[in-house]
Amino acid sequence: MAIYKLKEFKIKWGMVIDLDKCTGCGACMISCQAENNMAPMPDATDKLYSMTWMLVYRLSNGKPFPDHDIAYLPRPCVQCGNPNCVPVCPVIATTKDEEGGIVSQISPRCIGCRYCMAACPYRARYFNWHDPVWPQGMEKTLTPFTSTRPRGVVEKCHYCHHRFKAAKEKARYDGRDPNKLDEDDYTTACAQNCPTGAITFGDLMNPEHKVAKLAKSPYAFRLLERLGTDPQLYYMSKREWVRRQGDNYLEHEPTKGV
Amino acid sequence: MAKKKKSYLLLPFVVGFIGALVFGWGLFPKMLFSEKQQPFWFSHISHVEVVGMDCYDCHYYYEDGSFSGIPTTEECSACHMDVMFDDPDEIIFVEQYVWEEKEVPWLIYQKQPDNVYFSHIAHEMYDCQTCHPAVETAEAWPKYYENRLTKYSRDTMKMWECERCHAETGTSNACYVCHK
Ligand code: SF4
Ligand code: SF4
Repeated sequence: MAIYKLKEFKIKWGMVIDLDKCTGCGACMISCQAENNMAPMPDATDKLYSMTWMLVYRLSNGKPFPDHDIAYLPRPCVQCGNPNCVPVCPVIATTKDEEGGIVSQISPRCIGCRYCMAACPYRARYFNWHDPVWPQGMEKTLTPFTSTRPRGVVEKCHYCHHRFKAAKEKARYDGRDPNKLDEDDYTTACAQNCPTGAITFGDLMNPEHKVAKLAKSPYAFRLLERLGTDPQLYYMSKREWVRRQGDNYLEHEPTKGV
Repeated sequence: MAKKKKSYLLLPFVVGFIGALVFGWGLFPKMLFSEKQQPFWFSHISHVEVVGMDCYDCHYYYEDGSFSGIPTTEECSACHMDVMFDDPDEIIFVEQYVWEEKEVPWLIYQKQPDNVYFSHIAHEMYDCQTCHPAVETAEAWPKYYENRLTKYSRDTMKMWECERCHAETGTSNACYVCHK
């Protein structure tokens, strides 16, 4: 049950990540950090402090050799249709109110209470414990497209929202409707840079976009789907054990998908 | 006797009230803003009416739909490689910026904070003067006031102004429409 009134969207930007294609190389994580102006971390091995809007998890089927199998699961913010992070924010720093359904995060408005971090079941939110510091010369890698965040605020993946805006500007320049973007007009940095093409990005509501078809695949599933968060991010895998780890199944319950 | 005493009692409040008004309306704004000067005078009139240039010659859209804003020194030097009119402002521009290959540090009346996103092409149907001062007909720079605390221009459009226009025209006021 939604605590607050959900908006209906005609466009829903979404992803389908093929876990059978993902090799766990981490190119998506790096592209995300470069794209979104993240300062290099003093100690990136310290997972309490590292900022990784996109994070690759390692899954294992837990069986001994020769049946052992692993999979990698990249996890950005899944842009819940019914986000837990939004109603808990006391200052409306995070909302889901723009056509496209991307959950916004306005860091200058955030007071750093971290309620949203506690509420997010996907651990997709990160707190800035330190001010970002760019070593001398590296500040040249900063882009004007994403605003940097100071110490004391929360941040998260926004599907490279600046690229969405840029795509709309380009459409306007070409005399096209900015609300009818093609699949190639807008994609995220992680999807663009994934060497195996495991990430597909597009409008889930537009039947002409690949994601719309892939999301309906019998192998598609969403993380913790039964929480009712209605994510705009799908995964797919032909391996049953991978799909089974996507949700909390009781022993006797069959796994979703074929 | 009792009446007189009462009026004396009120006096400090009246004085205090007037003092607060004078401070709040008169002194504080003066203290908060400092007046700044543009580097030199640039006449839009002489470029448009005398030379016959078009606004879009300098303020144009790139092919990706983004807006060029103020021309770079390199673009201006297409004409102003050398001093042409012996005008004191042109001499400053050519000698201190063109020859030194430096950008002019113009003060921008509407400069927005880093986390604000504004698309010129999405607002194309409006006159520039809806948001910008009418510099194209000005004989002198409008006064530029800088907020001493925030360092922003006093005339930078406030969020409520953006939101009001969006509300009036039925445009979305979702956070991510204007923020990044
Ligand atoms: S940490 Fe920021 S965004 Fe999260 S709930 Fe608190 S104020 Fe809102
Ligand atoms: S994944 Fe977490 S941060 Fe993203 S919308 Fe859902 S609850 Fe919010």
